[in-house]
Amino acid sequence: MKDILKPLVDIVGEKAVSNHEEDLWYYSRDPGVLEPKRPDYVVAPKTTEQVQAIVRLANEEKIPVVPMGNGMSLTGIVRPLKGGIVMDMKQMNKIVEVNDRGRYVVVEGGVSQGQLKAYLEDNYPHLRHSIPDAPPGTTIAANVALHGQGRLSMQYGFNSDMVTGLEVVLPNGEVCKIGSWCMGPYWFSKGPSLPDLSGLFLGWLGTTGVLTKVGLRLYPQKKLRDVEIFVVDRAELVEDIIYRLSHTEMTEDLTVWFQPKPLMFKGNYHITVYFTGDTEEEVEFKRKLIWNAVQSYIDSKDGGFMGIAPMKSGLLEQPQRTISVFADVPKGGGFEYSGPITLVENFPEYTAMFEEIAAKYNLLYAATIRVIAGGHAMMYGMSFAFNRADQEMMDRVKTALDEATEFALDLGGIPWKPNVSEQAMAIQRMDPSTLSLMKMVKENLDPNGIMNPGNWEVN
Amino acid sequence: MYALKHEENVCATCPSPDCLLKCQYMEFSKEDAHKEIMKVVRGEDSVVLKDCTTCYACEEYCSRGNHPYYLICERREEKGILTAPRPITNQWINMTEMQGKFMTGSVEDTVMSCCMLPELKKLGSGDIFAEIESSFVFGAEFMCPAVHTHFAKPSVIKERLPKVLERYKGLGVKKVVCMHDECYGTFTSIAPAYGMEVPFEPVYYMDYILERLKDLKERIRPLGLKVVYQRPCSNRLIPDKFPLVEKILGKIGVEVLNRTYDGENCLCCGDIVRAICGYQAADDIQKRNVDDMAASGAEYCVFNCPFCQSALSDKVSKAGLKPVHIIDLCKMAIGEKEV
Ligand SMILES: Cc1cc2nc3c(=O)[nH]c(=O)nc-3n(C[C@H](O)[C@H](O)[C@H](O)COP(=O)(O)OP(=O)(O)OC[C@H]3O[C@@H](n4cnc5c(N)ncnc54)[C@H](O)[C@@H]3O)c2cc1C
Ligand code: SF4
Ligand code: SF4
Repeated sequence: MKDILKPLVDIVGEKAVSNHEEDLWYYSRDPGVLEPKRPDYVVAPKTTEQVQAIVRLANEEKIPVVPMGNGMSLTGIVRPLKGGIVMDMKQMNKIVEVNDRGRYVVVEGGVSQGQLKAYLEDNYPHLRHSIPDAPPGTTIAANVALHGQGRLSMQYGFNSDMVTGLEVVLPNGEVCKIGSWCMGPYWFSKGPSLPDLSGLFLGWLGTTGVLTKVGLRLYPQKKLRDVEIFVVDRAELVEDIIYRLSHTEMTEDLTVWFQPKPLMFKGNYHITVYFTGDTEEEVEFKRKLIWNAVQSYIDSKDGGFMGIAPMKSGLLEQPQRTISVFADVPKGGGFEYSGPITLVENFPEYTAMFEEIAAKYNLLYAATIRVIAGGHAMMYGMSFAFNRADQEMMDRVKTALDEATEFALDLGGIPWKPNVSEQAMAIQRMDPSTLSLMKMVKENLDPNGIMNPGNWEVN
Repeated sequence: MYALKHEENVCATCPSPDCLLKCQYMEFSKEDAHKEIMKVVRGEDSVVLKDCTTCYACEEYCSRGNHPYYLICERREEKGILTAPRPITNQWINMTEMQGKFMTGSVEDTVMSCCMLPELKKLGSGDIFAEIESSFVFGAEFMCPAVHTHFAKPSVIKERLPKVLERYKGLGVKKVVCMHDECYGTFTSIAPAYGMEVPFEPVYYMDYILERLKDLKERIRPLGLKVVYQRPCSNRLIPDKFPLVEKILGKIGVEVLNRTYDGENCLCCGDIVRAICGYQAADDIQKRNVDDMAASGAEYCVFNCPFCQSALSDKVSKAGLKPVHIIDLCKMAIGEKEV
């Protein structure tokens, strides 16, 4: 590989580029179980023009470029599988515009979830975005690049469905405007009523371009939020309960979770129901509809609302930190999850499979599953905790995750933020026509295969 | 195996079946009350087994030494009748399981029992508890399992309570200061009802406070407050201790105002009712209770049980009263806490 340190320094300045071993060590890994891959350079651009210049250079020299937000997706998709440049986007941290009445925001490609949340709380307290439960330093652009989900996904779909426009640096270094702002000043629509080109970038894990700006829908921030947890001990009841709860159209967010530890959670499936309102009457009205929807399960003693007073403040946090606590249970601070997306009706099979795999590989598990868009699908986070100092345990986790995904795909699910082997499983199962269209897109946009190579290798 | 002592003949000859006559959640004529309790006694089906909200009150209403509430629990379990939904029942059983995660302080002859409630450890501090603060026990291994009566699981009590008693015995303690009515009620009512020997002297925390207030007399500055009191369900197991509330409050210059849902007529906090019956019944109980408190004109609502406090604090505050635990009021009176 040609030495490109000097041209990179020329583009971004000395302080924003490195090939020092300690930096490369850090940027070669993510917190998941997959083995590190060493980059050759790390670069942190500040502007779209700098991104363009870097990508142009990389394209000329056929050097891989891996865009990276906070590196927290856990599935190894920011590891530079073929070396090259890791492009740390965090310096592109401007909130460009908030359209209050149009309820959207435009952010640069490195703006974090926490930054936007704080900015809205300070300046537009009546607006919010769909914050994921990922650490607050994770970025908005990365989240839509992997079709993330957040606090409002139950109501409005995947976080990528909430995109209202993109600025993308294509693999040839050209910059492209996607959405309504391609022909006017406003960022209100990512596609409709034009042909929707955002699909060339959303969900591609940075393999088709670098998102340098993202327009995102904002939603009303209600004054009050509350939460209840409905508990059942039979997995086959979960689908109907979700159906009833989602039918009320009163819930902000619906998640299902189960875990054997601490003991109080053992043997039960917990359905966390969030609801909001501007007044107490509104909140109470919603609470009643939610209770009424499942009262027959209370009457038959098959399900009930648990007391949550000691947990409430933690539950109402955004993002919620409890999943990170889980990582520390076996000591050594690691966890990773397999994330299939599928119909709610498959819940019993998935849970049985997951519990079986956890037992087979002797792993501690916790599963959190978010209901998407009123119940069209569920997005799983089937997590295993591990000790980072224990390679054998990490290998077990990796095998268990692959097995879980294999099962989920066989049942008709699709993988979420898939790691390389999960991508291969998906490609293997895809209809040839789909695959050939993806190939066409990839070959045309990135003929030199420089963008996050090794991922979505449809060729 | 331990068995509940309940005298059938005492019920059969009872001149006034107050257990069910006074029940606030079921309406019976005197004749029907007698009929229904006798069905329960004989192990027959009774509406009581279906509709009892587990408020504990009939333990107080029966003045003839029988244990109608414990009996209802036994019969429910025998017949497989659940009170709360199955997953909630099991959650409580799991949550209170002994897992070796208990804590003990520097245990002396007298220990303070903080159940599994961190709030009790916090309350049991300062000058009032200075002599026993460091001699404490905390955790499921020392927890009284009385809560499982709410879930009609006396078998859990029969299995766990002897272990708890054994553990105290192992510590060699002479007195246990119970920071929760449920705990004192377990050692002085449930254990004897099942023929279990208690190897120490249980001390009710309000008795302990009364003694301490004598020692701290010089420091007491009467608070001059008017309050209402939220009596917890477990106080029904130890009705002779109910008058202590007024005694303590009298000593610190706090007047307890009369209200409808007072004393024998008190209403429970509603939290367990919510789990068992759903929100309508619980909302109704809580609303009547809080409206009644507000109508009294009191400034504070005094709690004795941390569960009641957590269930009602919000509602009480919204009704314009300040929620406070009786121990915190005492701490205010001796200048340890701000009023
Ligand atoms: C405790 C915990 C909880 C989580 N909960 C959630 C959750 O509730 N919802 C959820 O969606 N996720 C969740 N995640 C997963 C993950 O952290 C998030 O999806 C997060 O958005 C990833 O952001 P990141 O900046 O760390 O992405 P990175 O890992 O840095 O990048 C992810 C992918 O996006 C690409 N990419 C990054 N930036 C760009 C860009 N500017 N242009 C093009 N491609 C780019 C990368 O190449 C990579 O393929 C959770 C993770 C953890 C650790
Ligand atoms: S339980 Fe007590 S009050 Fe009820 S019938 Fe028996 S003796 Fe009478
Ligand atoms: S416990 Fe309460 S509700 Fe049940 S029978 Fe006794 S008094 Fe009635």
